[in-house]
Amino acid sequence: MKTYETFEHLADIGVRGYGKSMEEAFENGAKAMFSVIADIDAVKLSEREEVRCEAEDLEMLFVEWLNSLLSAAHLSGELFCNFKVEITDHKLRGWARGERLDQGRHHVMTEVKAATYSMLKVGREGDIYIAQCIVDV
Amino acid sequence: MELKSLNKISDYVWEIPREGEMRVPGRIFASAELVEDFDDNVVKQIKNVAALPGIQQASMTMPDAHWGYGFPIGGVAAFDPEEDGIISMGGIGFDISCGVRTMRTGMRREEIEPYLGKLVDRLFVIVPAGVGSEGKIRLNQSQIDEVLVGGAQWAVSQGYGYKEDLRYIEEGGVMGGADPAQVSDMAKKRQFREVGTLGSGNHYLEIQYVAEVYDEKIAEKLGLFKDDVVVSVHCGSRALGHQIGTDYLKTLAEASRRYNIPVHERELVCAPINSPEGRRYFSAVCAGINCALANRQVIAHLVREAFSDVIPRARISMLYDVSHNTCKVEEHPVGNKVKRLFIHRKGATRAFGPGRKEIPEEYRSTGQPVLIGGTMGTCSYILVGTESGMTQAFGSACHGAGRALSRTQAKKRWRGDALLKELGARGIIIRTHSYSGAAEEAPGAYKDVTAVVDATHNAGLAKKVVMVKPMACIKG
Repeated sequence: MKTYETFEHLADIGVRGYGKSMEEAFENGAKAMFSVIADIDAVKLSEREEVRCEAEDLEMLFVEWLNSLLSAAHLSGELFCNFKVEITDHKLRGWARGERLDQGRHHVMTEVKAATYSMLKVGREGDIYIAQCIVDV
Repeated sequence: MELKSLNKISDYVWEIPREGEMRVPGRIFASAELVEDFDDNVVKQIKNVAALPGIQQASMTMPDAHWGYGFPIGGVAAFDPEEDGIISMGGIGFDISCGVRTMRTGMRREEIEPYLGKLVDRLFVIVPAGVGSEGKIRLNQSQIDEVLVGGAQWAVSQGYGYKEDLRYIEEGGVMGGADPAQVSDMAKKRQFREVGTLGSGNHYLEIQYVAEVYDEKIAEKLGLFKDDVVVSVHCGSRALGHQIGTDYLKTLAEASRRYNIPVHERELVCAPINSPEGRRYFSAVCAGINCALANRQVIAHLVREAFSDVIPRARISMLYDVSHNTCKVEEHPVGNKVKRLFIHRKGATRAFGPGRKEIPEEYRSTGQPVLIGGTMGTCSYILVGTESGMTQAFGSACHGAGRALSRTQAKKRWRGDALLKELGARGIIIRTHSYSGAAEEAPGAYKDVTAVVDATHNAGLAKKVVMVKPMACIKG
């Protein structure tokens, strides 16, 4: 099964995560977003950061999660590639793992300015959970 | 989009008649060909903006319009605080005060050419760009507050450039009304190492030469002659601006509900200008604008350093610096009254016509320079604002070419390394931190900037002065 992908948008780019649970869809959605920033397959798992956020519904929580990760990654100068999420009552506790970004070593592509509410969808299709939105690059 | 759903006002002006919740009509400035290429979502977004409280005259789009976040990209809308007018996140976006600065070099094309390779290499080293790049300036909490209040003036006070530069920046290089207290600690912290960085995506630093002159008299007033070399920088408020956007998306979502404002798309979130939330957001936006102005001023200084290392006789002087993601307070006549309006320009450039006090004296008789970025393989344009642009669109014009192909499609069609080789064979040197980033920015992935600029000129929004072509380009 495909775990994450990006999808087309004229000016920017869409990110989408799939999962057997909502949590997994959020984790894979984050992978999709970081795959826009760099080749995440080449990122080592040396650092770990905790992220907490909340929102009034699951869709907004997904955008919060992605934006919290962007802020955390930018502040610590890291690239994240591996994620763990716990969700209770629209409150999220998550962990991101990765390493310090190195322009010389990592295959970097483009900065993501923010996750947006555009084409935002969090839900379930059959047994599969999906979380997606457009990110502004 | 189908033309028959619109009322034709002229060959370059189209109207969406008022219907439903729209308080004013929609107005599209573009040629028939450009309109036919527009996404249907553009019309939907024009109508959504037209339904916002306090909007004046019309909900407008410039010829490079495309589907955006809440507002269409290329959207212009004016709101009157005295008529419950609002300030909207969608009309400003995540890259507050992204804009273009163009500088003269005092050199001609044939004089620069022998040094071009060395010059680009030097610029590539000296101007931080790309994902994860850091500026040479390290700031702390109180210093960042000085940047947010002082804008380009702060940069000059720190030795980055000259006082004279400030005259050629909108607002004299510093936006009044900025309040650092309305900007989150996270936004500030993210900017500690970002001042003086170019960024990535469609941001660039380009060495260009004047390839065509359309109006010699005005070009002379701008100090531009055929084959003159100029340097243009396109970038914005970096991480600080992005974080202000992210932070206020939540604040304004709550405000829209509290004040019962009809928001048909989540990113259109807004607050009345005369509300605590609206005032806070506007002060934060002003701080974001100052951050962008400081950023471009520091980059200009780095450009001067690179030139003085390689071609010491070059004299870098400011042509102009203009932003295209802003909300500004301006006076405009509406009916028979002069009103103080909050003008949102999302992916649209201010283009004041002759006589406005905001324009530096040298340009006051010609109109404000309007800097329109094209692509790294085609061309860019310099126009000036017009009287007719003032009456039609609150003194606004287009901001760029607008994308024709998505980034994904562009990457499928072009390979970064092959593209750079092809441009190299045409004499255009490209330096980039990311081949795939360069492929996304392939000239073919954009609409024809000439069609967009011609429509702007023919609609009377701004007047073409010169066309510049790239000699070298640095991408993030």
